[in-house]
Amino acid sequence: MNALVKQHLIDPEICIRCYTCEEHCPIDAITHDENNVVVDVSICNFCMDCISPCPTGSIDNWRVVAEPYTLEQQFDMLELPEQEEGLEQASDGGGSLEALEDEIEALLAKAHEGTGGKPVAPASASKPSINLFNRAKPAKAIVQGNFRLTDADAENDVRHIILSLGEQVFPVLEGQSIGVVVPGEDADGRPHEPRLYSVASPRDGEKPNTNNIALTVKREDKGVASNYLCDLDRGAEIDITGPFGATFLLPNDPQANLIMICTGTGSAPFRGFTERRRRTMPNLQNKLLLYFGARRPEELPYFGPLKKVPESLMHTEFCYSRVEGKRKEYVQDRMRMRSDVLLALLQQDETHIYICGLKGMETGVDEALADICRNGGLDWAVLKPEMRTSGRYHVETY
Amino acid sequence: MADLVNVDYNTSIPNNVNLSDDRRVLKALEKWHPGYLNWWSNMGPEGFQESLVYLRTAVSVDPKGWAKFGYVKMPEYRWGILLAPEEEGRTIPCGEHAGNPAWQEVPGEYRSMLRRLIVIQGDTEPASVEQQRHLGKTAPSLYDMRNLFQVNVEEGRHLWAMVYLLQKYFGADGREEADMLLQRQSGSEDHPRMLGAFNEATPDWLSFFMFTYFTDRDGKMQLEALAQSGFDPLSRTCRFMLTEEAHHMFVGETGVGRTIQRTCEAMKEAGITDPYDINAVRALGVIDLPTIQKKANMHYSLSLDLFGSEISTNAANAFNSGIKGRYREAKIEDDHKLERDTYPVLRLIDGKVVISDEPALSAINMRLRDDYVKDATGGVNRWNNILKKAGVEFEITLPHVAFHRHQGEFSAIQADPEGNLLSSEEWEKRKDEWIPSKEDGDFIDSLMKPQWETGKYANWISPPRVGIDNKPGDFEYVKVSGVASDA
Repeated sequence: MNALVKQHLIDPEICIRCYTCEEHCPIDAITHDENNVVVDVSICNFCMDCISPCPTGSIDNWRVVAEPYTLEQQFDMLELPEQEEGLEQASDGGGSLEALEDEIEALLAKAHEGTGGKPVAPASASKPSINLFNRAKPAKAIVQGNFRLTDADAENDVRHIILSLGEQVFPVLEGQSIGVVVPGEDADGRPHEPRLYSVASPRDGEKPNTNNIALTVKREDKGVASNYLCDLDRGAEIDITGPFGATFLLPNDPQANLIMICTGTGSAPFRGFTERRRRTMPNLQNKLLLYFGARRPEELPYFGPLKKVPESLMHTEFCYSRVEGKRKEYVQDRMRMRSDVLLALLQQDETHIYICGLKGMETGVDEALADICRNGGLDWAVLKPEMRTSGRYHVETY
Repeated sequence: MADLVNVDYNTSIPNNVNLSDDRRVLKALEKWHPGYLNWWSNMGPEGFQESLVYLRTAVSVDPKGWAKFGYVKMPEYRWGILLAPEEEGRTIPCGEHAGNPAWQEVPGEYRSMLRRLIVIQGDTEPASVEQQRHLGKTAPSLYDMRNLFQVNVEEGRHLWAMVYLLQKYFGADGREEADMLLQRQSGSEDHPRMLGAFNEATPDWLSFFMFTYFTDRDGKMQLEALAQSGFDPLSRTCRFMLTEEAHHMFVGETGVGRTIQRTCEAMKEAGITDPYDINAVRALGVIDLPTIQKKANMHYSLSLDLFGSEISTNAANAFNSGIKGRYREAKIEDDHKLERDTYPVLRLIDGKVVISDEPALSAINMRLRDDYVKDATGGVNRWNNILKKAGVEFEITLPHVAFHRHQGEFSAIQADPEGNLLSSEEWEKRKDEWIPSKEDGDFIDSLMKPQWETGKYANWISPPRVGIDNKPGDFEYVKVSGVASDA
């Protein structure tokens, strides 16, 4: 079999043949006949210049193919072809790729491994934009703020970094990630590997209608990207890429229950989720449940703000593993304690589970869910893939 | 109403023409701006001025700064002045000066011709806003209402674009013309808009969709021709306007398509197979296909009139002087001068419709109209695909160019949609078969009931396949009360 190719296609049923994309394409990859406007797979370099000027929403379609559709095949299309089963490499949500760059996609595939199969976006999630900016053409972000979230005497330096995008259009959804381009080269003279960070703010910005993005960054010993970010001063300009990710997304359905399980900076996407819910559905009650693990309260990012989230909007369970004089407690321990609550939720079709944090938490949480199911007469081995294929089970760990 | 006193011109007019360094033009625009806002509040969309509308604003011409979406109150929309980037070394593409460097200033000998073209183009922009001002209150959904307002604010921006050219390049005359653009009013007895089709009110939403499909497409073709102008600022302005115009085509094509779709669905549900069983179809609360055909006949024929006379000295002069080119001039392979070429023109000679080879230079309007017909046919094919997919035996067709004309070769005669000539008596007797009658209008009018519930659509139209800006189906495109509520 040939190497798989990501191909850009235009939905012929929605396109109105205005040729705006064709005019905007800087390398003449787009052409048309009397029927359709089409993209030449041998020329398109994913620069995305055609995406935002399209007035119709027909332009943003991608397929993984073994044999790319020729121009003639595309001219004859009456409707968009389905994504051929089994070809989506690592990850795909009903035909929507997580990223167009292979190295980014590989990073996301690794992060989503714990899902136990192909991750699928929640049915009611908004359609994400991906890969609008890449390393060759990054977006320019200005650091608006860089605050330490953990106590001064905490071991960990976790920071809340706000990046302003000015007038650039960088549409991002809660749960998506961005790439940070670290200037300079590594010891071998190559550009630094891309590093992904989950967006910690909702889609419309830190405050409603501010064009900015927040990140939650933990300073890692010898971590090139994290030290670069944590040391940034207000006003500094950095290059970012993305957005990336098309499955770890928030359902728009107001009936959706969210069980969010995280440790440390894994809380970033959940901050976005919660804030989005608070802004758009402030009157919904008892739909959000957060299990949040850290070593000590002082090292728990967003501990202060989280305390202020009303109980009716979100119920939060903090679990600490290193508090002096207290028994170690991990998120999975607390989940077992609350098995009746979780069991009731697991029985509902509206329930979505999100797990985000260190790889090490995966097994423990998975076992806890299996135990809870077993004791309640459910079979996690059956339920998990069911939830995954219906877009209700999501894991992003690193 | 926006705060007129403290308008910050540096930020309220997004521009890429260095406005803050151009004191004279900035001052002229500052003087014009209150009149514009006044026009908007008196003649722009009726009501909804305090509503929050999810609009796209162009803040730069870079593809990525191009479509910035957000909730805006219409009077606070940032009408900007944006020109496509200057192409280095651009030359005049056609006419006797072809190949010379494009003009960055107005060439003296063509000053009045150029001004007139800009004024005519400018006049159509506010006219269509005026024609559509009553539609908001009968919007079939918040999605459609938003699209209407997007079209309206962008027509407003196109007025700004033309006014900028008048203020910047035409001195006192230009200022006067800019003011006049706010004085004339669509349908006014004393100060009508300059072109006939822009003095008719848009009575209902199907007319709006037909108008944006057929009449805005004339606008698109005119912009395409002006985008080829040797006067570079006009070319650059029009090139960027075309990017926005595409959305208007989209609203029209999908609006008619969704209307057809819904009619097909309703017929299917009710088990009606004969599309000409008009009473039975109308009883379902949807618009019957023959009436949709009549609306298309009407708007198509009125739009053809906008191309002017098939044989035109003015058009020849505009081309020969390099002020206005042909559709996609740069992609046409000929000498771009047309001094010895001919072009086939459909004419009325001795009472017969015949093709006659005419000097290509005189037939510039005809050529643009032919390109228009080809462009308009594409969408009609899409509508027919919807019918085919639904298994309904009906085909929407475009009538003959001699049908129902008020300008040019065929204005003096009457013809049926196939192009057969008719006597005046015959036309009077049969015209209700081909263009909407008062009764048809009344029926459509009876369906124009507002549906403003989030995610809901009036019974006569289908929801769109995808949302604007990829928004989900239940997105609140317009917060009618102007207050943010739960999504």
